Amino acid sequence: MSNTSYCPNTPEDIREMLAAIGVASVDELFATIPAALRTRSFYLPPGMSEFELTRHLEEMAGRNNRSITNFIGGGYYDHLIPSVVDHLSGRAEFYTAYTPYQPECSQGTLQALFEYQTAICRLTGMEAANASLYDGATAMAEAAMMALRITGREKVVIDGAVNPFYRQVVKTYLANLAVEIVEIPTREGVIDRPLLTAAVDDRTAAVIVQNPNFFGSLDDFRDLAELAHAKGALLAASVYPISLGLVTSPGEMGADIVTGDGQSLGNPLSFGGPSFGFIATNKKFIRNLPGRIIGETVDREGRRGFVLTLQAREQHIKRHKATSNICSNQSLCALRGLIYLVSLGREGFAELARLNYDKAEYAKSVFANIPGVTILNPGTTFNEFTLALPKDAGPVVEKLLTKKVAAGVPLGEWYPEMAHCLTITVTEKRTKAEIDQYAHKMEWQCK
Amino acid sequence: MQMIFEKSRPGRRGTRLPVSDVPPAPLLPENLLRKKAPPLPEVSELDMVRHFTNLSRRNFSVDTNFYPLGSCTMKYNPKALENVAGLFADSHPMTALLPGGDAYTQGSLELLHELCKLLAEITGMAEVCTLPMAGAHGEMTGIMLIAAYHKAQGNKKKYVIVPDSSHGTNPASAAMMGYEIITVPTAPYGDMDLDLFKAAMNEEVAAVMMTCPNTLGLFNPHIAEICDIAHEHGALVYYDGANLNAIMGRVRPGDIGFDVIHLNLHKTFATPHGGGGPGSGPVGVKRALIPFLPTPRIALRAKGTYGLQTNRDLPYSIGRIGSFFGNFGVMVRAYAYITMLGREGLIEVSDQAVLNANYILARLKSHYDLPYDQTCMHECVFSASRQLKHGVHAIDIAKYLIDKGFHPPTVYFPLNVKEAIMIEPTETESKETMDSFIEAMIEAAETAERNPEELRQAPLTMPVSRLDETKAAREQNVCFG
Repeated sequence: MSNTSYCPNTPEDIREMLAAIGVASVDELFATIPAALRTRSFYLPPGMSEFELTRHLEEMAGRNNRSITNFIGGGYYDHLIPSVVDHLSGRAEFYTAYTPYQPECSQGTLQALFEYQTAICRLTGMEAANASLYDGATAMAEAAMMALRITGREKVVIDGAVNPFYRQVVKTYLANLAVEIVEIPTREGVIDRPLLTAAVDDRTAAVIVQNPNFFGSLDDFRDLAELAHAKGALLAASVYPISLGLVTSPGEMGADIVTGDGQSLGNPLSFGGPSFGFIATNKKFIRNLPGRIIGETVDREGRRGFVLTLQAREQHIKRHKATSNICSNQSLCALRGLIYLVSLGREGFAELARLNYDKAEYAKSVFANIPGVTILNPGTTFNEFTLALPKDAGPVVEKLLTKKVAAGVPLGEWYPEMAHCLTITVTEKRTKAEIDQYAHKMEWQCK
Repeated sequence: MQMIFEKSRPGRRGTRLPVSDVPPAPLLPENLLRKKAPPLPEVSELDMVRHFTNLSRRNFSVDTNFYPLGSCTMKYNPKALENVAGLFADSHPMTALLPGGDAYTQGSLELLHELCKLLAEITGMAEVCTLPMAGAHGEMTGIMLIAAYHKAQGNKKKYVIVPDSSHGTNPASAAMMGYEIITVPTAPYGDMDLDLFKAAMNEEVAAVMMTCPNTLGLFNPHIAEICDIAHEHGALVYYDGANLNAIMGRVRPGDIGFDVIHLNLHKTFATPHGGGGPGSGPVGVKRALIPFLPTPRIALRAKGTYGLQTNRDLPYSIGRIGSFFGNFGVMVRAYAYITMLGREGLIEVSDQAVLNANYILARLKSHYDLPYDQTCMHECVFSASRQLKHGVHAIDIAKYLIDKGFHPPTVYFPLNVKEAIMIEPTETESKETMDSFIEAMIEAAETAERNPEELRQAPLTMPVSRLDETKAAREQNVCFG
């Protein structure tokens, strides 16, 4: 026996078990595998102790540069995480359980996820949320498929200012289906309303927007929701959850499906995952939601309890007719999101959003003073905004990285006409001094 | 238990935020300004600590209970994996995508690259991609790869074949990608009926999706022949890796003849299931499918550093399937697990998982019907049909086990077994634990004959008794207040 594989059976146990089975060796149990198929190669290193593993991974993690000040976002945000989030989500009863198929012994997970659904509804101004999807990008793809299902149509119209990664994922998901995707080119970071209006017709299932968009601009999309509805289409909006402490909810603006990435709600950057995707809608579309949904009910004594509900939509019952193939979701990350939101509470969450907004507005004012630099979206933004530099943004960002500043996301890769632009994120973690120092470095670069 | 929203008192709060060091900015315009803050609960930190701690106590989990949920591989999740995951927590994924940014994320990129290499060797595939965020996401990615492959060959195929014992995600993933599904029944020998499969096979079949060992816990006797027949018709064969825990070091899907696979890191490689996720569902492919793998991809460069390739470098790629690099934190844990166990440890995992399952099978087969009476792999599937004669269903046995302190096995799956009870003990359980579970199962079988009503009343020891699922589905109350 090795000591590292967490197998507890002693040689004596193994002897007894083999005797009970009626075989002489463990090898005999594998006799059903034809000899011709047996493993030809299994060249793996020998195991190691926890001590050696930790040293090995510390060395590897050390090859990440961990002293960079983040002014980058693009879907993932560097926010504070109260310690209580780690401690409570780290309860092994939560993190070593699985999908709550047996509700009587899973009320902890079920009630927590019901509370999570409630919190998402309250943030977004919608009536029903599921228990999470993979991330913000796949949630948008699921929203598109949901709208296609509900309307029975075959076209989606997506704003070009939606996060380009999200747009790519929507395309990947829909690539094998007979669906037309119309992207509305953005005009300097705002929705081109005449173009979008012209694109929405009676074949359109969904109009997809993002608020704030990839450039950081906020939009009042009430008119677009009305436009979509007039054509029998749905309005799907992806939102940045922290902004909802300050900004009018997508529900109030008339969205039919709201999605987003929950990373900013108490999940660490962790090189891009795990986080969670959220999706919310109104009750009339609940049967078309993908994934797990927790519902309230009562037990035989009339006591309140929670169960996985509307399972007849799901793959384990409906197989190829399911609303989605999703099975495992991102429950633990959604739980972190709930704990984070409860920890901040009503006042704290609004205060946090305001703090992000104020810091970004301050940064805007500082950057606007740099000669040759202009703010592309001086109007309404949340905690991200876009700078137009007097030169190509890529080399500037590369240079600033050597000065330990992740300066922002250069836009040239996705918007070739905007190669001189970069989008900057300022969260509550950035201090005035960090903003000033960054602006100073930027001024130097733009000389 | 009260909801956290019911514990809310105006003015209470948990976390204190930093004081602003910048001047307050003019407010947003009226139409964009939220009139009322979102009504989140207002509680003190202790209120919430008690709330969530007490909620957690209403769960069965691997750390508290034997959890033999078939097909889910609920093995112990070593604590060492949790600590090392934190070493990478502050790495922003966008950094790697900035110009010159890969130099600042070499550690994360190295981990991804090394994990892919290890998984490729374990499975016998040419290349592995860790981007998919769960098993079903991996399946969907695999089907996209297969569709892209056929398209590149100039073939438009229509069908995907699955056995009736397959996981629901298989047909769901294929249907989501626009394929029509052909379901082939199981033969008396416990695997997809070879003759019916041959009859169903045609030139328009894009893929055959197989779980191996299958969901009955049996090693498919004709698996190599199935692969050959599929290939003769120009179809690819897909491997659902949910059951890889049975065969590490014994047989590799790549050697059998599978073209595309997915793995579940949260099953075989010991990462926590998190109450339903996050998982991670890497896909592996044979050489011919490498060009289609999703982006971004990690590349080892000549100078020994790691870089990223995007769609610009990889024109045949199916493209992006998620925001960034998949569930990276899960991958750190899986990498740590494989590294700690090493070659011998992984072989022992499968040996002991199979031994444990066969022990349960041997001890219970005189008490429960065993529809396919053979040596099993890592799990065994019984039927409660004998107990049904007394009016006792698989679900009643499951609920009785809860009262005995065991998480129930998977019930009513696979669908081709009536009143199925699917038991997967995993390798990390001791003989004593299994013995007490076996005793409880035997007691359940005896109680079914003696006093079936007792089983139908269970569970009695939980915070709630059986719940009214019909009411939940009818009322659709999914949001408090």
